Amino acid sequence: MEYYMQSPISEEDAGRLRAGDYVYLTGVVYSARDAAHKRMKEALDQGKDLPIELKNNVIYYMGPSPAREGRPIGSAGPTTASRMDKYTPQLLDLGLKGMIGKGKRTQEVKEAMIRNGAVYFAAVGGAGALLSKCIVNSQVIAYEDLGTEAIRRLEIKDFPVIVVMDSQGNNLYETAVSEYAQQ
Amino acid sequence: MREIEVQKLTDSIREMCIEAVHELSPDMLNAFQSACQNEKSPLGKKVLGQLQENLKIAKEDQIPICQDTGMAVVFLEVGQDVHFTGGNVENAVNEGVRRGYVDGYLRKSVVGDPIIRENTKDNTPAVIYYEIVPGDQVKITVAPKGFGSENMSRIFMLKPADGIDGVRQAILTAVKEAGPNACPPMVVGVGIGGTFEKCALLAKKALTRNVEERSSIPYVAELEKEMLEKINRSGIGPGGLGGSTTALAVNINTFATHIAGLPVAVNICCHVNRHSVRVI
Repeated sequence: MEYYMQSPISEEDAGRLRAGDYVYLTGVVYSARDAAHKRMKEALDQGKDLPIELKNNVIYYMGPSPAREGRPIGSAGPTTASRMDKYTPQLLDLGLKGMIGKGKRTQEVKEAMIRNGAVYFAAVGGAGALLSKCIVNSQVIAYEDLGTEAIRRLEIKDFPVIVVMDSQGNNLYETAVSEYAQQ
Repeated sequence: MREIEVQKLTDSIREMCIEAVHELSPDMLNAFQSACQNEKSPLGKKVLGQLQENLKIAKEDQIPICQDTGMAVVFLEVGQDVHFTGGNVENAVNEGVRRGYVDGYLRKSVVGDPIIRENTKDNTPAVIYYEIVPGDQVKITVAPKGFGSENMSRIFMLKPADGIDGVRQAILTAVKEAGPNACPPMVVGVGIGGTFEKCALLAKKALTRNVEERSSIPYVAELEKEMLEKINRSGIGPGGLGGSTTALAVNINTFATHIAGLPVAVNICCHVNRHSVRVI
């Protein structure tokens, strides 16, 4: 199926997406990668608030290259999601509804996604120039000292992603690969 | 003896960093073109189409092909009749990288210490390899290496009895474990022989070879072709979303080794297999 969807993502939208669906996302997502996840975990451990609202929101695992004058952002493709796996179940339990990245996730992440009705999308890895064209605004909102790893509020328009893991536990990486495997 | 000002290294490397991250070499573009024609999966074809469109946008709008503009790996093949003047060579190389990454709006992805992890903010230091060769010229290769694929690279210290079958198995293991994480279609650089560190360097250098040219050693050329076919039958496909294009090329470099060993290194590169080469 192909969908045009809003982010933040509603419970209904997240629930009806299935592995293999192609989605054009429009709205707001937040960028965060390794160092920002580590800081968010430290904040939670100390009983502090997070710099972003997680409920129904989407985190994009991405650290952009610097923007040239007149552009909202530089190259902006996904980074490998598995490096965030250690932190992800806790964020999902706090309401995180979607993640955009690339690559495999752990069993713990899969279980937390099922428990919370969340979705994991893949954007095309290494297509940072193309994907940057779907980001219309970018603003650093936390951890500015982390440079490319700071948390950014991104306004996206028709940002192309593929559902890799859905809230039922289906995984496109497993099913699609076995379909084309010849040995 | 030919004198070369180190400033020349700085100026060249600055430009080469910027070039490398915005435009792939013609052999890589050809490999993309044939992959697009041959891919069997509709979704795989769509992903390859997006990657080609991405290359076009990157070149025309000067946006890096990938946001991970890498850690700069610099190979210097220095003619033995060259005398560098005007400063320290290592500093000159790093200054070139610094200027390239700052002036070129490239991402600064280097931390100064692997445990303390503070960003150096100018992408230095580079990883520099020197080789002394005959002549009075300097060949510079700048290969910015992204870490999505670097993280999936492997070294296997095989036994001589494992033979060529062990090598085949090692390559397939590394590629299958890498799967979608390494941003397929990949280019697979393999080093066979040498010592522990030598085979890793052979694999890294193999990635800078033309992907359309096979090894000059007949059995290695055969192995490159065979492994490319086998990898493309794995089903991983473009983006890891299933399909018949998992790798664009397998480049294998070999070296002599010890009677007791068979080291194999598999250095995986994503489809953004970048390198810029100049002779000064």
